[in-house]
Amino acid sequence: MRKTTYIQAINEAMKDEMRRDESVFLIGEDIGHYGGLFRVTRNLFDEFGAERVIDTPISEQGFMGMAVGAALVGMRPIVELMYMDFFLVCGDQIFNQAARYHYMSGGLLNVPLVIRGQQGGGKSYGSQHSVAVESVFAQYPGIKVVAPATPYDAKGLLISAIRDNNPVLFLEHKMLYFTRGEMPDATEEYTVPIGKADVKRQGKDLTIVTSSYCVLEALDAAEELAEEFGIDVEVVDLRTIVPLDMETVLESVQKTGHLLALHESQANCGIGAEIVARVYEEAPHLLKSPGRRLGMAPASVPVSKPLEMELLPWKKNIKAAVLDMMREYA
Amino acid sequence: MTTTLVSDEITHNKTNDKVTDNTDKKAIDDMVNDQPDENAAPSDTQEQNASLNASTPSSAAIDSVTPIQLPNEQLLTMYRTMFLIRRTEEMLLELAESGQIGGAMHTAIGHEANAIGAAAALRKGDYLTGTYRGHHHAIAWGVDPGQAIAEVLGRAGGFAKGKGGSMHFYAPEHGVMGTNGIVGAQVPHAAGMALASKLRKDGHVAITFFGDGANYQGLMHETFNMAQKWKLPLIFYCENNRYSEMTPISRTSSVNELYLFVRGYGMKSVQIDGNDVETVYTAVSEAAERARAGEGPTYIEGITYRLAGHMANDLETYRTAEEVDMQRSHEPLVVLRNKLLARDVSQEQIDEIEASVEEEIRAAVEFAENSPWPALGEAYTDVYAL
Ligand SMILES: Cc1ncc(C[n+]2csc(CCOP(=O)(O)OP(=O)(O)O)c2C)c(N)n1
Ligand SMILES: [Mg+2]
Repeated sequence: MRKTTYIQAINEAMKDEMRRDESVFLIGEDIGHYGGLFRVTRNLFDEFGAERVIDTPISEQGFMGMAVGAALVGMRPIVELMYMDFFLVCGDQIFNQAARYHYMSGGLLNVPLVIRGQQGGGKSYGSQHSVAVESVFAQYPGIKVVAPATPYDAKGLLISAIRDNNPVLFLEHKMLYFTRGEMPDATEEYTVPIGKADVKRQGKDLTIVTSSYCVLEALDAAEELAEEFGIDVEVVDLRTIVPLDMETVLESVQKTGHLLALHESQANCGIGAEIVARVYEEAPHLLKSPGRRLGMAPASVPVSKPLEMELLPWKKNIKAAVLDMMREYA
Repeated sequence: MTTTLVSDEITHNKTNDKVTDNTDKKAIDDMVNDQPDENAAPSDTQEQNASLNASTPSSAAIDSVTPIQLPNEQLLTMYRTMFLIRRTEEMLLELAESGQIGGAMHTAIGHEANAIGAAAALRKGDYLTGTYRGHHHAIAWGVDPGQAIAEVLGRAGGFAKGKGGSMHFYAPEHGVMGTNGIVGAQVPHAAGMALASKLRKDGHVAITFFGDGANYQGLMHETFNMAQKWKLPLIFYCENNRYSEMTPISRTSSVNELYLFVRGYGMKSVQIDGNDVETVYTAVSEAAERARAGEGPTYIEGITYRLAGHMANDLETYRTAEEVDMQRSHEPLVVLRNKLLARDVSQEQIDEIEASVEEEIRAAVEFAENSPWPALGEAYTDVYAL
């Protein structure tokens, strides 16, 4: 099996779908000639030209709105937001428009739109270029949210997102871009379904439910917890935040009895709170200890490396949370 | 300009703008009665250009078009549609007054010619997006008044099963791709549709309607720029009724002539009498031709006037009855009726049309009022498409 980077996987998904379907086009800043700030759209301009790989001015509201309009008449635009933080600049077009159109029109109209780009901390980009947004989006029915952790899932999920008839937020992570993973041959077609979680590590003591880059941090933490403390953690990679695959979560909690919901967006009112709440609502008897969440601490993301690492819910904080839970209840 | 600003400030202090937030009708009336004169038609508009000045009726201005004369037969059809829209909206206002319509309902009474002239100039397959003030567009584009009224009432017989309502009209089969509750949001949508047509080379154009007040939204200018840069087959149609909700734009705008905004982007633009169907028809036809020929977008500023309140139950403390009366002399129905009579159409013919519309309206309201509420299960459907 070959190995590719996460970036390469996303690039391939777009290339394959653009070859397959003429209605797919890309729109965003620096994505054409330059190939994207993070080079995710590299070489696509050469193959598909300026008409289908559109370099825009710095007009997020305008081009997000245009993508919504094009989607309304059956095109399948993929919008790149250079940093996910910029979703706020064009929030009306995403939340009031794209996410609501199908409902408001009583099902008459669809918005098959993909919004993709990288989010998250870890690279000292500071407060306005590091936020993780998945929990905010989960408050708005009408848009799906996917956040794959591996190149394989990224390619398969992006293809599903492009073919989906709804707006889909496709969250990449700047820490994932240069990670490598096993992939089928470039010519081999496959998809990963939206809404299906995947157990990335089997374990019997405690379940971590997470997505995106936190999956890698959780896997790292799990290895160390096993080695250092003999705690066997199961890591459930949601892959999709909306809709949530609660079935897989519940199966895992049934096995371990302990739940830590982990994500990089704010812990306060975050998706982790939702997951824990649902487990309590749907199957409280499965829990042998109180379900917990670990998310970003209530602060902005600072540039200073040690401060950033202090706040992010990554390996150090994950291990501390798991140990805390297991010390009390195991 | 400085003097305008100063006098504006003075007028502003004396006026009752702020009372529009107040729901206490009695208090509002008292305040209005306190200062009946300086209040409503602010003196600052008086020296402004036609574009911003509500105290002059609509008229063709500089950089306008020479209207094509349309055959009587077509004008009569237009008159029928215009009267149908007018009566539909008058019925809607009655229904609102009787408490059957919740939320915000905006009528386009006085704006109809803008919609009808444009509809006649465009083809099947062309796209339209518009605003919460969009009943006239939808009906001019072919939406059934019964379904429209049912939708506004929130009934199952509405085109969106009552989920959209007055501000959210859709009829994709007629090219009505949505009216919008967020000022300006629909404008880039039409640009995206135009982009789709350009990519598909299908020869279609998109038209987007918006108000004078929408010009001040940032995304408008983003869209002007991209549409012009990419030569999109798009028509920006501004229905300038001289008010943005309760505020005359002369009070907030640093630009006097709205159609000049886009000149900075190198876009062609015209200012026209939006109350005359032939003028609108001509301007939109020319814009559509340019768009289809690959020459890019056009900005049309149709000078018009909203004869009813901004929305149902608007207290209208910001303008005088005289101002509204004066505007009635040049409203679309009057303009078209006079035109028809001057072109040898008889009053009887017009009366007949109106009588047949009354019949249709009666049936439409009956249909809507008899339409059931949607099944409760509908609340949960249409969140996601399959
Ligand atoms: C983004 C946004 N801001 C404010 C409003 C409230 N609002 C509704 S209509 C309106 C005035 C718009 O004026 P104009 O564009 O001239 O259109 P008109 O109503 O006169 O047709 C305002 C401020 C809104 N719906 N959306
Ligand atoms: Mg206005």
